[in-house]
Amino acid sequence: MNTTTGKLLGWILGTALAIGFVVVMGQLAIGPAAQSMAPVPATTTGLPEVVFYVIAGLTIAGAAGVALSHNILYSAIGLLMALLGAGSLYVFLAADFLAVTQLLIYIGGVLVLVLFAVMLTNRITEINVSNGSLGLWGGLMLFVAVAPVLLAVALVTPWQTIPPAAATYTTETIGDGLLTRWLLPFEVASLVLLASLVGAVSIARKEIKAD
Amino acid sequence: MQISLSHFLIVGALLFCFGLVTVTTRRNAVGVLMGVELILNGANVNFAAFNHFVVGGVSGQVFALFVIVLAAAEAAVGLAIVLAVFQTFKTIDVRYADLMRE
Repeated sequence: MNTTTGKLLGWILGTALAIGFVVVMGQLAIGPAAQSMAPVPATTTGLPEVVFYVIAGLTIAGAAGVALSHNILYSAIGLLMALLGAGSLYVFLAADFLAVTQLLIYIGGVLVLVLFAVMLTNRITEINVSNGSLGLWGGLMLFVAVAPVLLAVALVTPWQTIPPAAATYTTETIGDGLLTRWLLPFEVASLVLLASLVGAVSIARKEIKAD
Repeated sequence: MQISLSHFLIVGALLFCFGLVTVTTRRNAVGVLMGVELILNGANVNFAAFNHFVVGGVSGQVFALFVIVLAAAEAAVGLAIVLAVFQTFKTIDVRYADLMRE
């Protein structure tokens, strides 16, 4: 009971930390530009911003859970949070079809597949679900080596942004594009799916020995 | 405060970093596959963000769709391989899977 409460507190704390991190980095990114320009009219933090920060924090906390949790089932739940959060971020980017596709394929397909694999390959009665990691130090060193570079690139580069278009329905445009401009990649993707389907079945089936 | 391109890039970068850490530190093969999914999602967030803030149109979204399709195929084949490894070696610890035959 005590450890459960502690874990819950840790997760909540991790989420709050991730939210705060995104807020601070975001202010770092647009801080100088906002100061150099004329006084921006009363930058009130509206509801969409709050929702964005909560979703971004949940996404990052879920990803951290995948990376750090010792129980593979908790890792799967963390993956669920991360995928769900990423799908919600697509809504902010006016990509409604992409968000629904993420929900259908990742949450409904890939995550269920992962959970099946977890259940099939670990004996559930065993308490020790093997999910040992190489050691936190190697992962921490890798994180420290990679994360600052990527964050610096994201923050320092002067991106040439356009005024974002208003959110419209993208399904019709994507469907048109898939049958005209991107027809060849679309067909090749269907071929890849067929090949992977056949390959997955032929790899995973049990061979019946003749003798 | 406006949500800018950098916010989404930060989220994508952190997703990628955690996925990289997962892939390199996990010994459970299913965990490694989860890390790959995280990396692909980080890339997808970047695709959608650049499409919305820099390019316009839907080309980035279509590219993200193809990434999702390939990720699904990769997950199916990868988990089938994990099951085959489990049947052969009775474990999915990647340290012990050192043969390509029984």
